[in-house]
Amino acid sequence: MIERIVESWAQLILLLALAPLVTGVIRTLKARLQTRRGPGIFQPYRDLYKLFRKDMVIPETASWIFAATPWVVFFSTILAGLMIPMVAADAPLGLFGGVLAVIYLLGLGRFFLALSGLDTGSSFGGLGSSREMTISALAEPAMMLAIFTVAIGAGSTGLTQIAGAAIGQNWRFLAPAQMFAFAALAVVLIAETGRIPVDNPATHLELTMIHEAMILEYSGPYLALVEWAASIKQLVLMTLLINCFWPVGLQPAWFGFGALIGIGWLLAKLLFLSCAIVLLETVNAKMRLFRVPELLAVAFTLGSLALVSTFLF
Amino acid sequence: MISGFFLSGIIVWLAGALACLALWRKPATARCVGCGTALAGSLLELVGSAAAIFNDSPATIGLPFGNPVFSWTISIDPLSAFFNVTLGVLAAAVSLYSFGYLREMEGRRNLGAFGFFFNLLLMSLALVFTASNVFFFLVAWEVMALSAFCLISFEHEKTEARKAGVLFLIMSHAGTGLLLIAFLNLTSASGSLDFSNFYQLASSLSPLQQGAVFLLFLFGFGVKAGLVPLHIWLPEAHSVSPSNVSALMSGIVIKTGIYGMARVFFSFYGPPPIWMGTVVLALGVVSALLGVLYALMEHDLKRLLAWHSIENIGIILMGFGTALMFRSLDQPNLAALALIAGLYHTFNHATFKGLLFLGAGSVVQSTHTRNMEKMGGLIRLMPVTAICFLVGAVAISGLPPLNGFVSEWLTYQALLAGFGTTQSLTRLMFPIAGSLLALTAALAATCFVKAFAIPFLALPRSEQAADAKEASATMRAGMAVLAVGCVALGLGATWIVRVFDPITQQTLGVSASSAMVMAHGMALSPGTPHGGTISTTGMALLFLLAGAAFALPLAWRWRRRSVKGPTWDCGLPGLTADNEYTATAFSKPLRMIFSALYRPHREIQAEYEVSPYYPSAIRFESEIEPAFEKHLYEPLRLRIMALANRMRAIQAGSINAYLAYIFITLILLLLFGVRP
Repeated sequence: MIERIVESWAQLILLLALAPLVTGVIRTLKARLQTRRGPGIFQPYRDLYKLFRKDMVIPETASWIFAATPWVVFFSTILAGLMIPMVAADAPLGLFGGVLAVIYLLGLGRFFLALSGLDTGSSFGGLGSSREMTISALAEPAMMLAIFTVAIGAGSTGLTQIAGAAIGQNWRFLAPAQMFAFAALAVVLIAETGRIPVDNPATHLELTMIHEAMILEYSGPYLALVEWAASIKQLVLMTLLINCFWPVGLQPAWFGFGALIGIGWLLAKLLFLSCAIVLLETVNAKMRLFRVPELLAVAFTLGSLALVSTFLF
Repeated sequence: MISGFFLSGIIVWLAGALACLALWRKPATARCVGCGTALAGSLLELVGSAAAIFNDSPATIGLPFGNPVFSWTISIDPLSAFFNVTLGVLAAAVSLYSFGYLREMEGRRNLGAFGFFFNLLLMSLALVFTASNVFFFLVAWEVMALSAFCLISFEHEKTEARKAGVLFLIMSHAGTGLLLIAFLNLTSASGSLDFSNFYQLASSLSPLQQGAVFLLFLFGFGVKAGLVPLHIWLPEAHSVSPSNVSALMSGIVIKTGIYGMARVFFSFYGPPPIWMGTVVLALGVVSALLGVLYALMEHDLKRLLAWHSIENIGIILMGFGTALMFRSLDQPNLAALALIAGLYHTFNHATFKGLLFLGAGSVVQSTHTRNMEKMGGLIRLMPVTAICFLVGAVAISGLPPLNGFVSEWLTYQALLAGFGTTQSLTRLMFPIAGSLLALTAALAATCFVKAFAIPFLALPRSEQAADAKEASATMRAGMAVLAVGCVALGLGATWIVRVFDPITQQTLGVSASSAMVMAHGMALSPGTPHGGTISTTGMALLFLLAGAAFALPLAWRWRRRSVKGPTWDCGLPGLTADNEYTATAFSKPLRMIFSALYRPHREIQAEYEVSPYYPSAIRFESEIEPAFEKHLYEPLRLRIMALANRMRAIQAGSINAYLAYIFITLILLLLFGVRP
């Protein structure tokens, strides 16, 4: 019991502290690849600090939903984050839910964000909500197929069990089923975190924006909460991807010196995945909105292939 | 004791019905008496049935006015009791709500008649769930259909209400016809009309007959349940009836179809051939997906909810189909898991859909429109209705920690466990059904963002919406009961699953709950060896703790630093309701993506004065093609009409011709019908 609480706090601190860093690293790497200097990897911390100290403007048309949303989004994302294995295969709150609960908790946050997008009455908010919900709905079947593939391999939807089954099989990701499932989940990750080619996280005030349009009316501390939650969500999904498919360095438990090695491996793997994302974002252009379903259909096909290959190979 | 509660509930309803009829000239008294007896009867049923679930042997009651062939016997076994509990909870909340809801109709409508049919409907529902004899069951089934018909077309001066009622009646009777044939098959095989003689009987029929009887039952009950493609009556009927009736229809009347399927497929059949399970699972997936896809295109709040009933029936049937497949594959424990998933979702759907229809009823009553595009901003004028509707919306979207999440999670677990149970390609159905369930749930969330945000948030889009008033106290109480139910069924998942033990024991011979409850009732697991766990209680506790420790104090501090200002809207000044995103616009991306299904048609007419860039008036019309009506039912209707036209030739109206027909029939009967 006490151990669980310590683990949870450790993972909570790791989530809160690491998430802005990942965002910062991705931004800086992207800038470097585009031969810009970039703001530095610690800029997201400075942004959050600044936003938390600012005053905020609440739209007159908004209801209590608008004020409740940042909290719901923030807490549900953190709760999802505590259910995934980050450093140790044993997720601190694994008992409270597995991979399905993680997806549905992120869904809860999205539900409220979409409501608050419409709450302000701004047409940009509605536009963002509509697109966000559409794209995430279409990403869902591909994600579920890939997850089913992984869960069938481990015999469970519990992430502790999934990661536990993967431990010691560092080369398993070369199996066809795993590779297809990884590819499907990677596409879903891009769609869910709003990155190019689905959405452009750097955009403001463009008619193509999705996530940014939804949170357009937020300012000050509430905006900080929403932005922080978004980067935590990105970290959660990235960690999920690397630790389920590539468990190298994952520790059996949180305690002892092993945890430091685990954190080291986690950082290394996150950096690797960030590089991949940066490369993908830089060489691709943003898609037209109505081409996105085709991309997600590709992900669905990959998921189906993954499933079929579990018993063909 | 159980029979005492049950019978007194029935008697209270019957007495209430007759009293309402007698009081039809005094609307206020009729309203109070009708709702009062409905409430009292529901509570009596609830108590009696809740006790009956855990009773070892089914309580059997023989009504005194029977004869050996057509006996009126009632048997309350755990399965009946479970559906009766669902009825009791929903009916109690709806009756409470009706006190306030019907007040507005006083003097304008015949509330005596309403009370009569309302109580009669509740009584017939309780009898449908408990009748243990074909004859009695079909009588109760018909009384239910007729009283539902009268309630659907209660606002009979509206053409759409009459049309919806007639469509319901036709479809319902076509379904009853199928059921009659199916029951006659069983009766001739067993030589008895009693359900007790049917147990495992269907499996002793020849494979062909077994399959035919199965399909007859599936489609016969499927009509009532709103299974695609037999669903066309449902969106019409649920949207035009008074909203308290819609809540009952959607919450429990369509569940009689589910009850029938549970009764037949899990008791009358032994382990069925595997194709039966796959058919049910496939139809479930199709219903779920099409239900939600059509719901997304609706801007009529009640029609939208009605389409979601079709979706949820699909999810329930996914559980049932999986359970049937597990029975064929000789996996009773997994079958129990899948059956629990289906039944749990049945109860959940009754609570959250009842709640949503009651919420929609409050909104429609105070804005006088069902069109979402004319609502908006109601969260300020109707705060309690809004929060209840929000609870229902979160629950139906399957989001944690409410009840929809628990039953959908159990369905996923059953589907996931299915993959390892067989080596044949059939196993691919499980993950594919799972992924389509994920799509359904995500689309449902999309749809309920629309269904909550457009009516309740932002600025009012019409004058009626700006003048809306909060629902009366009893209406709020009715909604609150169901909202609390949604929360309790979600958080108390580990207590609720124990309720299903007697049912799975009765139908499948196994108890699942001891393997499903983990960590001292804190977490729920599917009961499979490595299955994952969820803890809705744990999630809710952490949310509450985090909210109390961080959110409230910080929000309080930040209040002082926040100012109210006009919506920024990218610097566009003067936000009006015309700028707001509409329900049509919200669902536009999906309309384009799924255009192969919807075949949307739109017409824009603009009038110009000077330049085509500045139109002075625009008329916009957009509609989608009702695929089933157009491609299945319309050709069928034309065939029937053509056949009827041709048959007119023999209905010449000449008495000599009719005498000749009678004579010929008599000769034929003597020749073939009478055997020595």
